[in-house]
Amino acid sequence: MPTTFKLNGKQATTSAAPASPLLWAIRDDLGLKGTKFGCGKAACGACTLHVDGKAVRSCSYPVKLVEGKEVTTIEGLGTEDNLHPVQQAWKEEIVPQCGYCQPGFMMATAAMLNEIPEPTDEDIDRNIVNVCRCGTYYRMRKAIHRAAELSKGEKE
Amino acid sequence: MASRRKFLIRAGIGTGLLFGTAYCLPIRRKIAEQVNVTESPYIGSTDDPKIWFEVTPDNQVLLHSPKMEMGQGVFTGLAQIAADELEISIEQMKVVHASTASGNIDPFATGGSTSINSLWQPLRELAATMRVMLINAAAQQLGVAASGLSTLNGVISGGGKSITYGEVAAAVTEWEIPDTPALKDPKNYKYIGKPTPRVDLLDKVTGAPIYGMDAEMPGMLYGSVARSGGLDTEFVGVDTSAAEGMPGVVKIIVEDDFVGVVADSYVNAENAKQKLKVTWKQNRKWDDFDVEAAIMVGQGKPIEVQKEGSAEKMLQDGEEGVIRSEYFSPIGAHAQIEPNGCLAFVEDDKVTIKMSTQVADYTRKEVGSRLGMSKDEVVIEPTFLGGGFGRRLHTPNAVQAAVMSKAVGKPVKCYFTRQEEFQNDTFRPPTHNVLKAKLTADGKIDAISHDISSGDVMHGSPLLPGVLQKIIGADLGAWRGGMIQYHGIPNYRAVSWRVKLPFATSWWRSLGLLANTFAVESFMDELAEQAGKDPISFRLEHLTESKADVRLAKVIARAAEEANYRNEAVDGRAMGFACSTDVNTPCAHVAEVSVVDGKIKVHKVTCVMDPGLVINPDQVRAQCEGSIIMGMSAVMFEKMTVEDNALYPIIYGAYEMALMRDAPKEINVVLLENNDYPGGVGEPPLGPIGAAVANAVYRITKERVRRIPLRV
Repeated sequence: MPTTFKLNGKQATTSAAPASPLLWAIRDDLGLKGTKFGCGKAACGACTLHVDGKAVRSCSYPVKLVEGKEVTTIEGLGTEDNLHPVQQAWKEEIVPQCGYCQPGFMMATAAMLNEIPEPTDEDIDRNIVNVCRCGTYYRMRKAIHRAAELSKGEKE
Repeated sequence: MASRRKFLIRAGIGTGLLFGTAYCLPIRRKIAEQVNVTESPYIGSTDDPKIWFEVTPDNQVLLHSPKMEMGQGVFTGLAQIAADELEISIEQMKVVHASTASGNIDPFATGGSTSINSLWQPLRELAATMRVMLINAAAQQLGVAASGLSTLNGVISGGGKSITYGEVAAAVTEWEIPDTPALKDPKNYKYIGKPTPRVDLLDKVTGAPIYGMDAEMPGMLYGSVARSGGLDTEFVGVDTSAAEGMPGVVKIIVEDDFVGVVADSYVNAENAKQKLKVTWKQNRKWDDFDVEAAIMVGQGKPIEVQKEGSAEKMLQDGEEGVIRSEYFSPIGAHAQIEPNGCLAFVEDDKVTIKMSTQVADYTRKEVGSRLGMSKDEVVIEPTFLGGGFGRRLHTPNAVQAAVMSKAVGKPVKCYFTRQEEFQNDTFRPPTHNVLKAKLTADGKIDAISHDISSGDVMHGSPLLPGVLQKIIGADLGAWRGGMIQYHGIPNYRAVSWRVKLPFATSWWRSLGLLANTFAVESFMDELAEQAGKDPISFRLEHLTESKADVRLAKVIARAAEEANYRNEAVDGRAMGFACSTDVNTPCAHVAEVSVVDGKIKVHKVTCVMDPGLVINPDQVRAQCEGSIIMGMSAVMFEKMTVEDNALYPIIYGAYEMALMRDAPKEINVVLLENNDYPGGVGEPPLGPIGAAVANAVYRITKERVRRIPLRV
């Protein structure tokens, strides 16, 4: 049975098996490649996206659970001309190296900022637990604080 | 004026070293000495500027890069260099991966921190030549003498007329290639030396589909290959009956060396693979203690890679006053986040491959040879790499995807699962390092020796044919960083021992540098303590007036000053110092560390590095930060273990790595430029981090940790 949900604000339907991982439905069925495959066991976070605003590791999240829900991927977070504050901060701090894990980190950060608009370093350590092999954590921490500032500015 | 073909024959540690000079043993040691002080050659396939550059009608210039962008920022560095000599703005410069069909092929690899170093001269020459070609063509088109034309931001002006590069190029049917013109005066550089933002930044913050994993072709199917998780096993046969009936299965392909499933989706291919009943023959059973026993110094074949004076005799067993320490490092996984994989489409007379690879030329040879086609019939269209680190110097998926594509007549994409990545990696080999030294009465090192036992790094690799391995002798990769770099010591010696292991070992970012520098620089602190000296001045007093030593000394002194280095722990925080020179780039780290609840915490790292001429200070800093964190991850957390004939763990988390919480909150990078040529930057800052942390830990616990991962 097909699963219907909202993907980046638009209606989407996938015929992927209901128990199969959401990641592959998004990437291969619906063609959005920004959500990455890293491990398939929810251990690295490269596949992080939002389901109803909450961060979810889509490689281990069954398709059927998004029926009727809103899914946001990096493609829906912001666009080249209208970057989300997290993407803007990532750009300003020149965070990415290879870049492969970065969409997952940006999605995890955006979800955290929804809950904790001004995170402390401890909040960041506790909530941002994805894996980056290039070791961009140092700049990422700066970018997360910068994103919090930018988001605050947007709301005011 | 430089000759246009100069870069193709430039000799250095690559061709010159491998082919030209290395015939007898003392010469091998000469090579070893040269490795750290010689420029890398570029031995690419073409010096034709119009193959490197493509001027588009909208007045952009595409640089078809034979070097792969794997995070190191090479596209940005190349864009800066080319934009300056082409006289265009950085916004007009677009860098793409050269398809092998373009003819711009790097016959070796992207790796070894050599890309900018090797292309610095040739790329400027190519870009400057291209600019003259455009001027000459414009002169003809405008009817103005070339000498009266000038260029700025991709516009050629003179004699009251102007025309864009794009307009000129559109009207040219045949280019004339002049001799290489004079290069730009460095004082006129607009981009070289400036912190230009990465050219791939926007793609990477918006999740653009730029990686091998993202590649698609119409009608594409998904392949999955069954691999042995066990060591030292051979494929015997397979019962495919249960897999054949699984949903979405298109075909099951049984070859002599692998069995693959092709299905209509990744999930279906993986599920069907689980139903294959594969029989493997196990040659012998391996456990961790077998590997540790195999790796001990004294087994295998030793080759002396460095010799000055009579260290061997002075440090013989039984000699009085010999200080001896031994160090260990474990098997390391690459753990890059994008799994190795490939999308291949085999047609009658052509193979098209899209993938992340560090070795496009080698990949096409390997695929061609398997399919009985020439390498020119195999076109590699390289993508951005989701991490390289040496992992993609081996591309087994390319052959497998191609074989499966040929069998089904459609494009097939095939990837490692994460478990397969961890169990079938080309690992960083485990090492055992034995250091011995003797001090003089006034506390100076009289003699020192370093025995390095390691699994293969470069040896055994298809990139280094057996005959060259024989000529070179010791494995350059295994002893990288193992040479004694304190040339003021009167007697020193380094010996490399080669060990054969039952699993693939190979290049892992910085190769032997990480483990060897950990050993040497930990030992230097041990000796300083025995000599009753400060570790900074102790190091400095063993350096000479040679250029390399002076550069290292400057880096050491500056790091100590910058970090306010002190020997005493204050409020539970101690500093550790270490340094090394790698690919002509000296680097020193001071790590500020505490130990809380039995766990090591690195608070701050001060890094002073002298890579010579810096193209992009921001991206060099990024490489230092990343190397420090990746190096910390490797020395503090990571370890693969052989259990019951297989390598474990098989997943992130269980394979412990540095996360956000572990990264230092402060990293202070200071760049010195005491050379007018750009040296390597992607690996040198990995070298000293292990010993810097270990030396700090010792100042807190008073117990010397000599084994990676560091445990207190």
